[in-house]
Amino acid sequence: MTAILTPKRFALLMTAYALLALVIFAVAPFFGSESLAFNNVVDALFSHRAHVDADIFFYHRIPRVLLAFLVGGSLAVAGGALQVVLRNPLAEPFILGIAGGGAVGAVIAISVPGLFIRAGPFSSVQLLTLLGCIICIGGIYWLARSPLGISMTTILLAGVTINILCGAAILLVRYLVSPHLLVAMDRWMMGGLDVVGYRELSALLPLLLPGLALLFMQGHALNQLAFGEEMAVGHGVNVASVQKQVFLGTGLATAGAVSLAGPIGFVGLIIPHAVRRLSGVDHRVVLPASFCLGGAFLTVCDLVARTVVAPTEMPVGIITALVGGPVFLRILLKRGKVR
Amino acid sequence: MDHKPLCAEGVDYQYAESDWQLFPASFSVMKGEILGIIGPNGSGKSTLLKIAARALSPKAGQVLLEGKDMGKMNRREIARRLAYLPQNAESHLDYAVEEVVAMGRFPYLKGPGFLSSHDMDVVTRCLLQTETECYRERPLSRLSGGERQRVLLASVIAQEPKVLLLDEPTSALDIHHQVRFFTLLNDLVAGGLAVAVVTHDLNLASLFSDRLLLLKGGKIIHQGSLEEILKSQILRETYGDGMEIMRHPTTGRPVVLPTAGSGSHEEGKS
Repeated sequence: MTAILTPKRFALLMTAYALLALVIFAVAPFFGSESLAFNNVVDALFSHRAHVDADIFFYHRIPRVLLAFLVGGSLAVAGGALQVVLRNPLAEPFILGIAGGGAVGAVIAISVPGLFIRAGPFSSVQLLTLLGCIICIGGIYWLARSPLGISMTTILLAGVTINILCGAAILLVRYLVSPHLLVAMDRWMMGGLDVVGYRELSALLPLLLPGLALLFMQGHALNQLAFGEEMAVGHGVNVASVQKQVFLGTGLATAGAVSLAGPIGFVGLIIPHAVRRLSGVDHRVVLPASFCLGGAFLTVCDLVARTVVAPTEMPVGIITALVGGPVFLRILLKRGKVR
Repeated sequence: MDHKPLCAEGVDYQYAESDWQLFPASFSVMKGEILGIIGPNGSGKSTLLKIAARALSPKAGQVLLEGKDMGKMNRREIARRLAYLPQNAESHLDYAVEEVVAMGRFPYLKGPGFLSSHDMDVVTRCLLQTETECYRERPLSRLSGGERQRVLLASVIAQEPKVLLLDEPTSALDIHHQVRFFTLLNDLVAGGLAVAVVTHDLNLASLFSDRLLLLKGGKIIHQGSLEEILKSQILRETYGDGMEIMRHPTTGRPVVLPTAGSGSHEEGKS
């Protein structure tokens, strides 16, 4: 046995995580405010006999579970990569101020109903959210450029500052709009996965796929960056290029997730830590495993959100925080005892 | 023609928004020697080493690695010839010892970066050379400071470099581990490695260096043998009054003894 990652162990771990994800993914669509009979769904699939259970299953539940999975997975991967690049265990995708910018866009779109348009699969809320995200990413990148690549300290500070600024902008909009719109805004800020059909899902892919691909490719180099930029440079890593790709990949994946699901917290923070506890700190494993576990986690949280207060729904952000908070505290407590 | 392993020609540097600067500096590191880089705090020791390691690009001048301009090489090409151990290399993620050493193989690996059996042999050899083989599966955080520093050394020599640059590698260690670390380094040098070590400890530099380079205020003010540089007059010019030189009772090398209460002057950059 060796602690060094071998192709065999890599394959084994990936199979285990993928299986877990697959099981959750296969089971979750059957639960919800309406319980669906397995027979009816299978019947409709193979004999083209229409049944309301099958319609719910294929046109409502499957896209919803897919969205939960993609959003949870993307946030977890982004968080896992950022924790290494920023060398901060508390880093998560929203620390870059991306969610703040997105929230400003969403709040403006909600408060001006005259803006409501649909462009292909995008709604105005999504479009303005994306615009807000892009402005924030661009702004932070511009601020943090340094002769050696990107200054990670500046990114952290700029991200926190932009989040505060966006918070103020949101308060201003809230103060100005008529009260009945506040509910819609609050609902968006809590994060939810209840808006989808396949069209909206397809609008996510041009952001998520390149973002995730960029991040997955950095796994090997991220291990090096864990020991600091200088050590990584000494080992032959092009640090500036890795930082840029992580930054861009995180931006794309987070913007995509936030535009459709709102700021769903905690997934990007706790999932990578959980994965490292389960299967080690090699980021060639951590990133794809975070995708599987993050996807599975958010799918389960969404399942709870859909069922506990049926026939209505709870915002999934509440569940992730309620489950994630205590789990994370436990990790911290354990660590406190070891050291 | 046989090139010097590492040769810097007129390299200088200026940090953004700082008055401090490194004045054009030229030096080289020879095969089979340890070059000690010494000087007061803020004299530019670490900056000079970073430029030699291409962690910083000089504003002017060039660094030749085995006769080739480093500015025209990519990171992996450099890392296959030159290894650099920065100050305070540590991680909040808990890698196992052998994972850390395997990181040194990075410049040789492609794609997902799985180790071949040759790479594994190199990793094991480096663990044995640094006497850390017995901890190979332990998390790095469970080791003592001295053990950890030897693991990091193993990680950089796993690059199979011709040149090794170390920045204060033993400053956090007790005297026993300091001596053990430098004894390991001596063995590596005997194998033909060219080594440059930044240290603020003049006596350690005297014990293990073959040649010294003395910096002050961003300038190289002396380069040469131990005897040429560890003289009380030169040290007083650099560090202030009250620097006495004695002889080591067994090796005969110079030993520096500061006198209590003697004034020392401050330097610009902290």
